[in-house]
Amino acid sequence: MRQRAVRALRRGVAAVVVAALVLAPWTVDDYTVALLARTLALGLVAVSVALLTGVAGLPTLGQTAPYAAGAYASAVVGSHLSDVGLVHLGVAAAAGAALAAVTVPLVVSARGVVLLMITLAVGELAVAVVGRWRSVTGGTDGLAGVAAARPLWGLPVLATDRARYLYTLVVVAALVGVVLLVLRTRVGLLLRAGRDDEARLRASGHRVPVHVAGVHVAAGAVAGAAGSLLVVAQRYVSPADFGFDTSALLLLGVVIGGTASVGGALVGAVLVVAARDWLFGVLPGQAPLVLGLAFVAAVYLLPDGGRRPPVRGRLLPAVPARRPAPDRPTPTGVRA
Amino acid sequence: MTGVVAGLRLDPYVVPALDGVAYGLLVFVAAAGLVLCFGVAGILNLAHGTLYAIGGYTAAALLDGGWPSLALALAVGVVAATASGALIAGLLTRVAARSHLTQALLTFGVALAGGSLLVGAFGPDDPPVRVPAALDGSVAVAGHRYAAYRLVFIVVAALLAGLLHLVVRRTRAGMLVRAAVDDAEMVAVLGVSPARIRVGVLAAAGALAGAAGVLGAPIIGPGPDTADAVLLLSLVVVVLSGLGSMTGTLLAALVVGQIQTLGVALAPSAAPFLLFAAMAAVLAVRARGLATARRAT
Repeated sequence: MRQRAVRALRRGVAAVVVAALVLAPWTVDDYTVALLARTLALGLVAVSVALLTGVAGLPTLGQTAPYAAGAYASAVVGSHLSDVGLVHLGVAAAAGAALAAVTVPLVVSARGVVLLMITLAVGELAVAVVGRWRSVTGGTDGLAGVAAARPLWGLPVLATDRARYLYTLVVVAALVGVVLLVLRTRVGLLLRAGRDDEARLRASGHRVPVHVAGVHVAAGAVAGAAGSLLVVAQRYVSPADFGFDTSALLLLGVVIGGTASVGGALVGAVLVVAARDWLFGVLPGQAPLVLGLAFVAAVYLLPDGGRRPPVRGRLLPAVPARRPAPDRPTPTGVRA
Repeated sequence: MTGVVAGLRLDPYVVPALDGVAYGLLVFVAAAGLVLCFGVAGILNLAHGTLYAIGGYTAAALLDGGWPSLALALAVGVVAATASGALIAGLLTRVAARSHLTQALLTFGVALAGGSLLVGAFGPDDPPVRVPAALDGSVAVAGHRYAAYRLVFIVVAALLAGLLHLVVRRTRAGMLVRAAVDDAEMVAVLGVSPARIRVGVLAAAGALAGAAGVLGAPIIGPGPDTADAVLLLSLVVVVLSGLGSMTGTLLAALVVGQIQTLGVALAPSAAPFLLFAAMAAVLAVRARGLATARRAT
């Protein structure tokens, strides 16, 4: 009974959100529409975070790295090669996936806090590289004046904020739909199984590292596509878009939205980012303080989410064929 | 002959190399606290850079060129950072049973709020830091002028590193900490509360970060970006070091210091990628060992 009520509530929230998103450009001013388009792009990154963190149980703070790769790839392609949005999307998704694939060896065997740490370092280093690689990224000044894109060959250029917003909305809806559909297949089942009991999945003959690598690359592609949307929406890109606070905000949004829910992550991230933008307008200078306190409050107020942490908790013993376990305990922490 | 040629070739790199040692030791003292938190409590403390910034701002506000001010700044900075570390530990205790995500969110919230308070109190600019007048000059090192403060800093930081080694290795507190890393439940059975160890370790990490912030203020100065920069450098060091070993942390910190100074001098065009490349290389080689180095709980 209660489950049914929750499900109905969820459907209701989803319907209201979708209706509000579709009607938004006709009810608010242009500036807000532009902000909303940017927020939607961030929401798509949050979907990729939820895919890794919630569905696959691989917590991440580094999805800004493929997001940035996609954004810059899209900006460079947009200024030099093509103004077709679909091409931008493809190139950006490929760039994000490529960056994620490069980092796969680093993340494939890490879990838990170690993974958080490694992904955070990867994300921060990627932003540092973006800030210093002046010849391609324009350094900390960023790339301004990216040409307006057209969605498909033969269609008019996205000249207004409203058109850009609607383009963003359509792409986000399509990609989230694809992610949701894929998660309903066996792939989603395997990812969730790996989250809940990795040892058992491995024992039954599944190749977990392949799943982990696959979901990383897929999440990278989604984040890269979001980067392309960001460039289309604001026609400008700079390292400030990919800072450490962005990844933390995304994580907060994903946690608020219910880690394992892709749609919830989108809604949560949109809410958090909108609250941040609103706070920056209302309380100039004090926004980080309020936001920080909100983080702390959220941690205390959020429900516990059951007994099992939504993270791949245990590390597996080494593959038995390799070598026997050492008889002294593995060095786990501080030793001089 | 070859010695002369080698000397000529090496000569311009003496100063960056020394700088690298100073930088590396500073990063070590800062990162050691993060290693302690991570090793004992399994906490990724994202507010660690903010603790360093507290020390840095204290130094900028109190140093006036004399020795007493340095002692005062060191005392105030260490106490303030220690208290902040203990505060974070207190906040974390109530959610200790939850996942790493909640810990990350909580510590990031503290970092965000703390950074905002620091900027509100000390202004949005990078404040200048005055070192004691006696160390303000430069001394000759192998025919080069080199800042006296940095030389002294190298000695002091090396002493700190040695002291830390002794404390972790030889004292009862250090043994308890190491025991808690290996088997927290067994330590609890022995009658020592793991919660107390956790608070103590986070406070000690705060003290280390605060000391690094005060002493290192002339090298990595306080400012709105300091917390993030120090956190990133510490993270890279911790990841490079194989997550946990103090000796490894020291080596990794020295390597990072050299990359940031000597590497930039040797290969300016590749400088942005050097840190990334070093991390990728080390991780790729020992990714497997790294993952098994810690059983995440």
